[in-house]
Amino acid sequence: MSWAFLRDLLSGVNKYSTRIGRIWVAVVFIFRLLVYIAAAENIWKYEHDEFECSIKQPGCENVCFDHFFPVSHIRLWALQLIVVSTPSLLVVFHVAYRESREKRHNQKLYRRPGEIDGGLLCTYLISLILKIGFEAVFLVLFYKLYNGFNVPRLVKCDMRPCPNTVDCYISKPTEKMIFLYFLVATSCLCIALNLSELSYLICKYSKKGYVKRYVRKHQ
Amino acid sequence: MDWGALQTILGGVNKHSTSIGKIWLTVLFIFRIMILVVAAERVWGDEQDDFICNTLQPGCKNVCYDHFFPISHIRLWALQLIFVSTPALLVAMHVAYRRHEKKRQFRKGDQKCEYKDIEEIRMQRFHIEGTLWWTYTSSIFFRLIFEAVFMYAFYFMYDGFQMPRLMKCSAWPCPNTVDCFVSRPTEKTVFTIFMIAVSSICILLNVAELCYLLTKFFLRRSKKAGNQKHHPNHENKEETKQNEMNELISDSCQNTVIGFTS
Repeated sequence: MSWAFLRDLLSGVNKYSTRIGRIWVAVVFIFRLLVYIAAAENIWKYEHDEFECSIKQPGCENVCFDHFFPVSHIRLWALQLIVVSTPSLLVVFHVAYRESREKRHNQKLYRRPGEIDGGLLCTYLISLILKIGFEAVFLVLFYKLYNGFNVPRLVKCDMRPCPNTVDCYISKPTEKMIFLYFLVATSCLCIALNLSELSYLICKYSKKGYVKRYVRKHQ
Repeated sequence: MDWGALQTILGGVNKHSTSIGKIWLTVLFIFRIMILVVAAERVWGDEQDDFICNTLQPGCKNVCYDHFFPISHIRLWALQLIFVSTPALLVAMHVAYRRHEKKRQFRKGDQKCEYKDIEEIRMQRFHIEGTLWWTYTSSIFFRLIFEAVFMYAFYFMYDGFQMPRLMKCSAWPCPNTVDCFVSRPTEKTVFTIFMIAVSSICILLNVAELCYLLTKFFLRRSKKAGNQKHHPNHENKEETKQNEMNELISDSCQNTVIGFTS
């Protein structure tokens, strides 16, 4: 089980997406997943080993690291990727449900099971709203947990068993900050793509509905 | 999920590239991505562990390392490769969009559609003309810009392309000016120069491809203008159809099927 599973899931979703949805999938693959695996993971690999405090007191380093990094940036990033990709599963399940219904009744119930209309449109819209919601939640979580997206070089720690206020140094703070800003930028780009897809779908289908009603009225 | 996924996506674009574009892709895969994964990552693997400063002051090493390497070479290269490969996706998306339109026409039973089945549409290779020419040319243009920007960023951040053996650091909390030693400086310099050289070759290939496309474009325009002048009612359609069929026959014998299909 690895990131390949997420890749396969997103490839499956690609089939039932709009054009903007496909751009979203491409952005998630290349600018988030690939950057995470090819670059970001290695930066945070030895973060605990390289976290150094100016003290020999056993346990002080461990306690201070745990205090400043309750959840590591990289784990939060991984969780965000997984959680944000999951709402697309709703669409895949709905299409599978439609196909199984057609098979059960042994007749063509839909023009194309993957076409975004009726119930599938609602599912798609819900998945978009969930994606936007999750992205926003994670961005706020990052901001609140780490007091902004800044990674300081030095943090002052006075947790027990550290005898008094001790200087602790974080490894590779500038590199971590650059990648955090990259994460924020791609997150915002994905939110913008999801919002535009949402408005596109709402406009398209309300126009369709309006035209239908207009034609019916004049018939 | 790794560089292999990017390779699969770019492999699909290969079918619709010019010959220079195919050479560029080969250079990218073999001399950049492969070298990065197989060799360069090992050379930079222990960079912070073996970065040693002549002091016992805790924190001094971390701070000095961060000061001299705001972003590691290896990460910068990975980002450069990702950004430089991305414009090719524009072409892949455009091709996928055209295929989708042709499939839609075929499904509607359009008489104009000259394909016998959906498989033929999937296998078809599109010529670089019309709107696809503009997409392709802009993708090359963006590639050039990204390459240039990253090369400049490298030069600017590391004051040239050489990795020094010794760096003098006086950032707090180092007590005074402290000697810090970089691990494997010569090997790192060799790989840096290699990557920069290959980057420059890629820039040259992109410039050559751009010139080739522009020349082809202007030649085609002047030919069309000349044709219209001498034979205003000349029917070219039969000739172009025969050419297309000949190309399809020769292409189907040569090309392997690697596709990024939507």
